[in-house]
Formats: sequence, C-alpha cells, structure tokens
Amino acid sequence: MMGDLLGIALILLSLPFFIASTVGLLRFPDVYARLHALTKADNVGLGLICLGLAVQADSVAVGLKIVLIWGLLLLASSTGATLISTSALRHGHPPRQRNDVDKHAGR
Amino acid sequence: MLAVDLLLTLAALATAGQCLLLPGLFRAVANLMAFGLVMALIWVRLDAPDVALAEAAIGAGITGALLLTAVGQLPASQRQLHHEHYRVPRRFIPMTIIVVFVGGVLWATMLALPKVGLVKEIAAVLPESGAEHAVTAILLNLRGIDTLLEIAVMLCAVAAIWSLQRAIPPPALELNYPGLTTLARWLHPLFLLTFSYFLWQGTHAPGGAFPAGAVLGAGGVLLLLTGSIGWMYRHYYNQLLRWLLAAGLLLFLATALAGLLMTGSLYGLPPQLAGYFIIAIEVAAALSIALMLMTFYLFGRPRS
Amino acid sequence: MITTMTQSLIHVTGTTDALFALLASILAAMALVSLFTARHLIRRLLALNILSSAVFLLLVLTARTANGIDPVPHALVLTGIVVAVSTTAVVLALYLRRYRREPPC
Repeated sequence: MMGDLLGIALILLSLPFFIASTVGLLRFPDVYARLHALTKADNVGLGLICLGLAVQADSVAVGLKIVLIWGLLLLASSTGATLISTSALRHGHPPRQRNDVDKHAGR
Repeated sequence: MLAVDLLLTLAALATAGQCLLLPGLFRAVANLMAFGLVMALIWVRLDAPDVALAEAAIGAGITGALLLTAVGQLPASQRQLHHEHYRVPRRFIPMTIIVVFVGGVLWATMLALPKVGLVKEIAAVLPESGAEHAVTAILLNLRGIDTLLEIAVMLCAVAAIWSLQRAIPPPALELNYPGLTTLARWLHPLFLLTFSYFLWQGTHAPGGAFPAGAVLGAGGVLLLLTGSIGWMYRHYYNQLLRWLLAAGLLLFLATALAGLLMTGSLYGLPPQLAGYFIIAIEVAAALSIALMLMTFYLFGRPRS
Repeated sequence: MITTMTQSLIHVTGTTDALFALLASILAAMALVSLFTARHLIRRLLALNILSSAVFLLLVLTARTANGIDPVPHALVLTGIVVAVSTTAVVLALYLRRYRREPPC
C-alpha cells in the first residue's frame, strides 16, 4: 500500500519535468539548447517514472530490470545527444551567441 | 484503457500521415521510424509480445537505419521531394474520398469476419511439439515449412543484393564521433546477453529466434557504423560468413529430411526428439537472421 | 441504419478491436493511395512499409478470438516483418545501383 502511494507520487512528480522538456524543445532557439532541455529534463522524468514503477513491482528482479532500462536509456540518450550536437557543429550550425537576434522569438 | 487506445491510434495516424504526405525525405524516414515504435506499443496492447519485440528491433531500428543510409548515399538531385509539395492540395479531395471508401469497406469487412482461430487445436498438440511457447512451436515445428521458406526468401534477398554491386561501406564515423565507439563497446555485451536470453526463453515464453536475431542484427549494424568491418573482406572470414548465412536454411532442410526419414512425412519430428531439434534450429536460424540483417546494411557484396 | 450496424458490430467485437481495425483500414487506404501516386521511389517504399504494417495489424486482430489468443497469426506476422525488411533492403540496393558507375561484381 505504501509502495503504491510512493509509486504514484513519484510518477506524478515526473510530469513537470516532461512538460518542462517539451516546452524547452518547442521554444528554445537552437539545436544545442533544445538538446539540453530534452536530455536533462527527460532523463530525470523517466528516472522518476522508472523508480515509481520499480517501487510497485512484484519482485526485486522486476524492479531491478526496470531500473536497468533507465540506465540503458541514460547511456543511449547522452551518446545520441553528443552525436547530434557534434554533427550539427560539423555541418555549420554554430551555437547562438548572447547578443544574437532571436529569430524564433514569439513563435 | 480507451484513452490509451485512442492515443496510440492518433499517434500512429499522425506519424504515418507525416511520413506519406509531408515534403522532405529525411523527415519522412524519421517519421517511419517513429511509426515503427508506435506499432511496437500497439502490438503490446494487442497481446502480441513476440511481434512487439521483433517490430521494435526491425521496424523501428533496422528498416530506419537502412533507409537513412540509402538516403545519405543518393546524389543530391534525388534527395528532394519538393515537387510533390505543390501537388498535395489539388489531389486532396480525390485522395480523401478514396481513403474513406477503401477504409470503410476494409473496416466493415474486418469486423464482419468470423474469428474462428486454432486455439484449442494448438493447445492439444503443444505437448508433443517440443516447445512450451505456442508461437515458437508453430514457427519451428507445427508450421516449420513456412519458416523454412521464409529463411529461403531472406537468403535469396542476400544473394540478389550481393549479385548487384560491391559493398558500399558506411562512412567511417569513429574518428569524428568518438562517443559512438564507446557506446558500441558498452552495449555489445548487453546485445549478446539479450540474444542468449531470448534464445533460452524462446521455448517457454515470448522470445525465440526472430527477436533474438533482430537484436543481434541491430548490434551488428552498430558495429558496421563504428568501422568494425574489415573482417568481412578477409578471405577466411568471408567464407565463414557465407556458411553462417546459409546455416539456418541448411539446418532447417536437414531437419525436414531427418523427419522424412524417421517418421515418413516431411518435417514430421518424433515428439521425444523435437525439443533438441527446435533448439538446434533456433540457434542456427537466429545467427543466420542476425548476419543477414547485418549484410543487408552493406547494399552489396563485401569483396576485396 | 449504418450507425445501428456499427453499434452491433462494435458490440460483437469490443471497442479496442473496432478502433484498431479502423486504424488498420485507414492506414491501408492511405498507404495504397501513396503507393500509386507518389513520384519518388523511396516514398513508395515507405508507403509499402506502412501498408505491410496495416496488414499485420489486421492479421493480429483476427488472432483475438473468443477462445483466447490464437498464436498462428502471430507467427505469420513475425515471419512477415522479416520478409518486409528483406524486400526493403533489395529495393534500396537496386535503387542505389542505378547511381553507381562501377561494373557489377
């Protein structure tokens, strides 16, 4: 019972992180900032969901498997973010500077 | 659960629509990969875990990698889809009519179909088949002849590709993207572990040769991307690769003939030995499928 | 008349099945239209992939019988997915061959 409540609380707690990362993906000005929003906030949100599900799992083995999913996703998403940003830099999309005009403002 | 169904349906429709209608080849391929992931979730929802495992590895992974690499190899003049963009509004009305009509007819037919099924018949013969999991029993014993022909189709596809051209090696990414090599190094033990786990699990739970082969094949594609490709060109390994590609089909044929000798009917396995045959075919077929998926990725024959 | 027919059909098969059957039908129709009208060969290949997914969806839906899950369509779909990726690979290799100048081996 306590496990269920804790699990639901953790899953509810993950929602703000997902909303924040989605807003960041839509509103941030360039590739690098969007990647930052996606990888940081989504990983925390997914970690909270995985923890919430692992707490409610029937056995320890199932719970550990769910946590393993989180670990794998951390590995994959961080490497993927590195690959995307490296290739964006190599194909000539320099990061936006502080005094650049924000062309995407209000969109 | 209706909300989940509706969400999955809308996601599938949105990704498929964007894949088929929006301009931009890269965007279309990316949407097809997203569509594959949504389909994998739909398979889970429809109680088809075996199909979901294969779809996640093949439909979302390997098909997308194949298409993306092929798009990257095309000359610049062929990468645009812009001329379709202007034609969409004019075709919109006839397309909608056709979609509504064909979809409606299919839907009504589908719902009116009698669903008979072979659930009881299969449950009755399952103890004699050598596998506890029904899908594995059907694939490798009860309807083994279908799977035999399916592996033959795959081998024919490899032969067709190899007869077309020399292999197009994927661009060497490991110098520009060092993270990729590290990821491949970290993930490879896990790919092998998952492969063995699926093979072992296949006889009594969802898993088996097809998901195992798909997972190992996806790992193989990752290896090719990080430049670990030289071995395919060496004479000794090239011969080994050919034998392994054919191993699934050869073992399958040998089993079918052994069944003919032992029980008098093609592919009629004696129940007490069926379990061993199934394990042997499973390992060989999974290895062959993995290597075939990996060689598809080269779009040609590896030859020095 | 049509609404009553639909209601009776949904009542027989359940909402989930009816919804996914509708999805599969629309996907099949969209993919067919695209398959015949698209100009770019790769776009046609994408349409073929979506069409195969729609057919697989219809097959898996027939597996949900009153007696439980019928494993035969699942096995069919499993082989079908692998055959679909083989077809895609052969078509892509043929397409790339067109733009390469070297002699075949």
